[in-house]
Amino acid sequence: MDGYGMQNQIACIRRSLFDQGYLDEQFIQLEELQDDANPNFVQEIVTLFYTDSTRLIQNIELTLNSRPINFSKLDDYMHQFKGSSSSIGAKKVTSECAVFRQYCAAGNAEAYISSLLPYIYTD
Amino acid sequence: MEVAGEVLASESQLHVLAVDDSHVDRKVIEKLLKISSCKVTTVESGARALQFLGLDEEKGSLGFNGLKVNLIMTDYSMPGMTGYELLKKIKRSSAFREIPVVIMSSENILTRIDRYISKS
Repeated sequence: MDGYGMQNQIACIRRSLFDQGYLDEQFIQLEELQDDANPNFVQEIVTLFYTDSTRLIQNIELTLNSRPINFSKLDDYMHQFKGSSSSIGAKKVTSECAVFRQYCAAGNAEAYISSLLPYIYTD
Repeated sequence: MEVAGEVLASESQLHVLAVDDSHVDRKVIEKLLKISSCKVTTVESGARALQFLGLDEEKGSLGFNGLKVNLIMTDYSMPGMTGYELLKKIKRSSAFREIPVVIMSSENILTRIDRYISKS
């Protein structure tokens, strides 16, 4: 009885992750790769993702706290983060990374333009 | 890394060398290929791929382990050497230029794709 109840709960949580747009089709692809030879495949991949993400987020934080901000490095980290989150079907994380990267690109442009200003006015 | 005994047993299977800097992607590719009954070796960079093939000029051949590679699959965007740069190096070698190389990319940049096709 208890086991069934818990399985039911897990199934509900899993479904809601899809419904709320946290997970997409890619995650199902991973679930389909799991088999008897690798019964913990999904768990291993997700664990790997969490380890990678922790490292990436730490690096992103460090980069954001440094002055001047190294936008190219930031973009690299975001690219990696976007890559691995889309590989596991983490839909929301992936789209947030994309938005963040747009800001990075804008940030870059701003810095570039302000570096040009002294040259424009001395002429 | 493969042991000599396993090399002999799996000569009949296709051996794919997969190159990707993302740990998550390497694991997924490895599983996909194994499910398709391929022998897989995954490496984290173009440099490591060249070392594995025995093409690294700096380190010299680490002793090509004798396991023939039938296909190389590589991510495009990697730090250090891109997948395209790896492709060029492989195509320049007489020993390995015949091996088909597949470049995987999440970006759909047509000019880049044309460039790869003309190189391979």
